[in-house]
Amino acid sequence: MLNKTGVPTIDLIKSRFPKEELLVKPKAITECYEEIPCNPCSTSCPFDAISIGEDINKPPQVDFEKCTGCGICVYSCPGLAIMTVQIVHDKARFKIPYEFRPLPKVNDVYEGVNRNGDVITTVVIEKVTLTEKQDRTVLLQVLVPIEFLYEFVTIRRPI
Amino acid sequence: MRITEHPILSFPEKKQIAFVIDGKEGYGYEGDTIAAALHAMGIRKLSHSIHLKRPRGFYCAIGNCASCNMIVDGVPNVRTCVTLLREGMVVKTQENKGEIHD
Amino acid sequence: MIEKDLVIIGGGPSGLSAAKTAAESGLSSLIIERDYKLGGQLVKQTHMFFGSEKQYAKTRGIDIAKILIDDVLSYPNLIEIMTNTAVVGLYNDKVITILHEEKYSKIKARAIIIATGASEKVLAFENNDMPGIYGAGAVQTLMNVYGVLPGQDVVMVGSGNIGLIVSYQLLQAGVNVKCVLEAAGTIGGYKVHASKLKRLGVDIKTSTSVIKAVGGECLQKIITSKLDEKWNFIPGTEETIELDALCVSVGLSPLGNLLSMIGVEMKYVSSLGGLVPMISHSHETSVENVFVAGDVSGVEEASSAIVEGYLTGLIVAQKLGFEHPNYEVLIQDLRSQLDNLRSGPFGEKTRNGLLEIMR
Repeated sequence: MLNKTGVPTIDLIKSRFPKEELLVKPKAITECYEEIPCNPCSTSCPFDAISIGEDINKPPQVDFEKCTGCGICVYSCPGLAIMTVQIVHDKARFKIPYEFRPLPKVNDVYEGVNRNGDVITTVVIEKVTLTEKQDRTVLLQVLVPIEFLYEFVTIRRPI
Repeated sequence: MRITEHPILSFPEKKQIAFVIDGKEGYGYEGDTIAAALHAMGIRKLSHSIHLKRPRGFYCAIGNCASCNMIVDGVPNVRTCVTLLREGMVVKTQENKGEIHD
Repeated sequence: MIEKDLVIIGGGPSGLSAAKTAAESGLSSLIIERDYKLGGQLVKQTHMFFGSEKQYAKTRGIDIAKILIDDVLSYPNLIEIMTNTAVVGLYNDKVITILHEEKYSKIKARAIIIATGASEKVLAFENNDMPGIYGAGAVQTLMNVYGVLPGQDVVMVGSGNIGLIVSYQLLQAGVNVKCVLEAAGTIGGYKVHASKLKRLGVDIKTSTSVIKAVGGECLQKIITSKLDEKWNFIPGTEETIELDALCVSVGLSPLGNLLSMIGVEMKYVSSLGGLVPMISHSHETSVENVFVAGDVSGVEEASSAIVEGYLTGLIVAQKLGFEHPNYEVLIQDLRSQLDNLRSGPFGEKTRNGLLEIMR
């Protein structure tokens, strides 16, 4: 499926998530499913939480005990394939990479889409971060209804 | 059609350059190639195939193919995709293999 | 006639890197670049690169170009640069004829590194020469170097990394990408790039290709068709898509024309992109002191071209009597970087191809 459409199966997606108990704190979800020569997620992590090893073709392994969900890997991933997820009561809080204009503003409401590109929900923008270190990849912190924990991936148009 | 806002790049306003395209006035900006300026003006047909006179535009944009050859200031077969626009340039669509005149 | 120790033909990623390590070894060089600026195709790569830190991973291509150019400019006494200069002839005694501002001149070199890169392939279909049909790289140049949009509604043909990356960059520029067509049964490039498009609503249609372009002076529509496992069009599956630009991204072929001028032993290796030179472990061709680096000896990612450049610069310098004080260690490191970049499933074609061209 991933090979033909670019959409991973739900099992593949869930394989990158920690147990839901751990998601009381934000954690990095690395959606990098194939062997490609790349390791910035691992070398950029200040907590040594993502390992790839000598062979840079190996997919990243996240140590969820060490991961603080800081989001540095989110804007360091050349494939824009990492996000952080946290469960906050009945919502899921995501930090996603964003490279489009115009930039959303705090409290804006956007369409939330799944990995198939379908609009599935509405999301609220909580924070928009763009520092020099991020090298033009914006970090968006958004709130999504909890039922879309394994479905939400990015935003589309403002509502 | 030019990009005004971009998440990665910035395209600051540049000096306008006037030139002549097939007898009409044209405008581009400093740093444009002839082909880029023409494309921004909506002109996509740059040349013809030699025998069948089929319309041609640019294909590679880096000087490898010959699809964008035009007559520039009287010189035929100029690769307009890698030739920078200059003020007052006279650009013409080329209809044949190109002839050199003294 | 001007005499030079080392002439590097091509000022893209591999040529610039070769000049740097040659200079670090104490060898002077002249870089000849056809374009009016250095950097090759890096100057339009707005995305972050893959690889590891040593190949500038997570740095955007446009910024890697700046790094490599600054490196070269930091050796003003050892590295000479001629831009806007085309090499029009190459001879077996290592005489190079160049054309600069309508003036021909000759240069004699002790050694030459040919780093001319590759060019975009074309796809055969009816009316494939219509204005509005562009190479994907051409669209990237138009958009990211000149800030000009190729059209409003675009279809990409080819789902290799270039096709996927340029489709994403079209979206970033505000263009509507209608879909990506892929003749093969599966997506060609990295799935992370494919997923980025799919979540933004761009479908990648596998086993589908274009059979015909329709329009007058410019492109207006394309007719697509499904393909069977034997790559034959399936009648009755045709669809019409309205668009104003079609990007063709069906691979690159090495630009080895200069190599043919001096009778370098060549071989057609499809996994390397086409006709490539037979080379030694030191990147030397069958003509002594004529070396190659980058895509001209096999199409790969730019990261590999950079490393090949560093490697070849060191080797040529050593051969001409300028051995870098740390030669063995550096060579070993660069070779292991290349092995690492090529060791995964995406490197398989290159690994097999290189075995076929080793002298």
